[in-house]
Amino acid sequence: MFNCRRAILCICLLIFLPLRAYAAAELTLAPETLESLKSARVTDRNRAIEDLGRILSENASTLLQALRDGALYVDKEDDSLIILEADGQKAADAVSGTALPAPDKSRLRKVGTSNSQREAITGFLSGRLLRHPDADTRLRALENLLERSQTDKNLLLSLLRDEKDPRIRQRLEGSLALLSARDPASSPAELLRAVEILRDEASPKTRQVLEELQKGRDPAVAAAADKALYTLRVTADRVSMLETLFFGLSLGSILVLTSIGLAVTFGVMGVINMAHGELVMLGAYTVWGMQQLLPGRPGLALLLSVPAAFLVSGSTGALLERCVIRHLYGRPLETLLATFGVSLILQQAVRTLISPMNRAVESPEFMSGMLHITGNFSLTCNRIYVICFCLGVFILIYAIMHKTRLGLEVRAVTQNRPIARSLGVNASAVDSMTFALGSGVAGMAGAALSQLTNVGPNLGQGYIVDSFLVVVFGGVGNLWGTLCGGLILGLVNKILEPVSGAMLAKIILLAGVILFMQAKPKGLFPERGRAAEN
Amino acid sequence: MQSEQPERLFAPSTLIFSAGITLASAAVIFCALLPTGSPLHMGGYMVSLLGKYLCFALLALSIDLIWGYLGILSLGHGAFFGLGGYAMGMYLMREIGSRGMYGNPLLPDFMVFLNWKELPWYWLGSDSFPFICLLILILPGLAAFLFAWPAFRSRVSGVYLSIITQAMTYALMLAFFRNEMGFGGNNGLTDFKSLLGFPLQSEGMGAALFAASALALLLAFLLCRLIVVSRLGRVFIAVRDAESRARFIGYRVEYVKLAAFVFSALLAGVAGALYVPQVGIINPGVFAPLFSVEMVVCVALGGRGRLYGAILGALAVSFAKTWFTTALPDVWLFFLGALFVLVTLFLPGGLAGLPDQIQEAARKKSVPSAAPLSA
Repeated sequence: MFNCRRAILCICLLIFLPLRAYAAAELTLAPETLESLKSARVTDRNRAIEDLGRILSENASTLLQALRDGALYVDKEDDSLIILEADGQKAADAVSGTALPAPDKSRLRKVGTSNSQREAITGFLSGRLLRHPDADTRLRALENLLERSQTDKNLLLSLLRDEKDPRIRQRLEGSLALLSARDPASSPAELLRAVEILRDEASPKTRQVLEELQKGRDPAVAAAADKALYTLRVTADRVSMLETLFFGLSLGSILVLTSIGLAVTFGVMGVINMAHGELVMLGAYTVWGMQQLLPGRPGLALLLSVPAAFLVSGSTGALLERCVIRHLYGRPLETLLATFGVSLILQQAVRTLISPMNRAVESPEFMSGMLHITGNFSLTCNRIYVICFCLGVFILIYAIMHKTRLGLEVRAVTQNRPIARSLGVNASAVDSMTFALGSGVAGMAGAALSQLTNVGPNLGQGYIVDSFLVVVFGGVGNLWGTLCGGLILGLVNKILEPVSGAMLAKIILLAGVILFMQAKPKGLFPERGRAAEN
Repeated sequence: MQSEQPERLFAPSTLIFSAGITLASAAVIFCALLPTGSPLHMGGYMVSLLGKYLCFALLALSIDLIWGYLGILSLGHGAFFGLGGYAMGMYLMREIGSRGMYGNPLLPDFMVFLNWKELPWYWLGSDSFPFICLLILILPGLAAFLFAWPAFRSRVSGVYLSIITQAMTYALMLAFFRNEMGFGGNNGLTDFKSLLGFPLQSEGMGAALFAASALALLLAFLLCRLIVVSRLGRVFIAVRDAESRARFIGYRVEYVKLAAFVFSALLAGVAGALYVPQVGIINPGVFAPLFSVEMVVCVALGGRGRLYGAILGALAVSFAKTWFTTALPDVWLFFLGALFVLVTLFLPGGLAGLPDQIQEAARKKSVPSAAPLSA
């Protein structure tokens, strides 16, 4: 009887207690609650959990959590409640929270819980999160709550009364509108207001409710619902188009990033480097290595990795050029085979030296998260960064090729090697530099990819065929061609994907490029002039 | 490199090589047919392993015909091998009949598993062996024709062609990985029971399949040899060495290339068809770009443009692969990679070209044309 009254009191507290009173609610636990928690009878413990669930204190939360995780024990000798950490070394008094020396296990008796009890505890704990001071936590808890089947209108109303955050308010209002639109007892005025709010909320549930209202009896409500549905459909179309465009652009930038190094080595130098994918992989592993060197600072590690990846892959590329490719100039098919061998060696080296498994690369804070443009259209930050990074790298390479002495010499050597040499250009040094530059850019692409895909020994393999296609599709020896080719292939892939599925989209794309190549063997932007003759 | 006089079909090297293959295969078949107790008896596993090597050798031979004599480097010949293999696999799947796990007399197990109610149209007729034999030739041939005709007509050549052949096999791999394709998806076709009513596991069957592979290899070798020494073969070499000149003289280079490419794909398809019953499985792995490139390296190692070189190279690499993947699995890719690099850098003529290379080096040494004046 007494407990019952206490429970009612607690509910009142829960509803009417303003948020600021959170800290003041440090209720000491009632002795009966503690006693029934220790009791051997399930019903007693059920009651204790109910009681604890109503108390808004950190103390009670820890207690409930410990109970759920099976870390709550009763000391058989002095009958006190003890929380024992999972390792069995650290212990604390459950009521006061003071640390205790690790007790002898034989003195302890575990407080058991049933499945339904654990579920109840989880429910209470998430309910508590709904009034957490941090807005993000509140929003997450609310989403959790709304995902579960039946939501209580009164609870939402009480939450709405205390809420200041506009995002959460909007979410709450939307859910409330959904509830009242479904409620057969709602008046037409209420329904109209609900439709008004629902018009801006694009979710399958909303659409379903609006469709029901559309068929409803009240003509005014039906007309409003019809109009809202139309608006929803138009926005949804527009959003999905924008999203496709965005995903296509981001995939396109990844393709451009991985193939721009190839555009330099293959397009400009005419060297088929099948180990290009592995140079990308080395760049991705550089990020991982840097994060191992700087634990706990993934953002700094990532920023440092970009130049580091350039150096690692660039020097590997320079070594490759010195040892292998230099001896095979003018024999493109042999170069292809030799570099394929190098790619196998690099892959296996990573497998043997590091691990055959994928490595976990952390994403720093600024990379994760979303950019909300409107209520239902948002972009993931890492993809935006990749698009920007890709443009930056492209501009850098373009500037090097067209505005620096090195670029001038590279183009001179490409166009006419003997004349360039007779004019005093050190052709073999230019070859090395160009190859190192192309390889270094591959490394930078790898650093960017480490944020988007799994970092493993096979990372490069997945991109090599695509990269070659981009370069060949765009037109060999033309950086603009690579940029356009990559973006076009990315966009087409993402436009096809919803129609045909990811795998088929890829196949169609490959077949399409093969056909395109046969119509225009020199790519989108073929080289013109004398250099194109050979 | 090539002699001025037209070569004879049975040049000494050809005779020696054909005799060698015949004798070695006969020895293997003899050992396989000995009773189990005898010391020279060869187990079924060993026989089918050697049979598998012969299939790879046939595939390498088909690559050498177009790479060595026409300069077309196909990095996607595994695709034709796979198509022939899948055609054979379809027949073997249908042979299982109601002996499958689900006991469905018409549908292969994986279709029952996918809840398919009837055979897709392209499986029709797959229970007839003559039809499948035809399909083994038609499928890779048609694929090669459809792929190569536009490519050669628009004069895609060299590295570009290599890359689009690789894209082709990659696309096929992705396609065959799909369950909806109707070829068993990731797992491919497997669990075969019998061929033409004879159980596949029996020793006699192993020996018969081995004999068929050896015969196919020998015939293909002689056929390729016949082509190479013929007038057509001379045109091949002309196209390889000076394509535009051959065109200006009046040869339709694209027809020559197309004919050679399709013929080569047919050989690859036959190799695939013989490979499947001996290995007992065909899955999309044969379409993987790495498999095709491995075959190309076999040819490069053996020495291209000699036909027997490709066969020797395939046997050597396959043997090395079997040995490494059991004894030192981690080292295999290092070894293969190093092989790629070293062969291209130091053995441009491959193993078969080694005698010539040594002779050449010796000749250069003995004739010090540019001897340093101040010794």
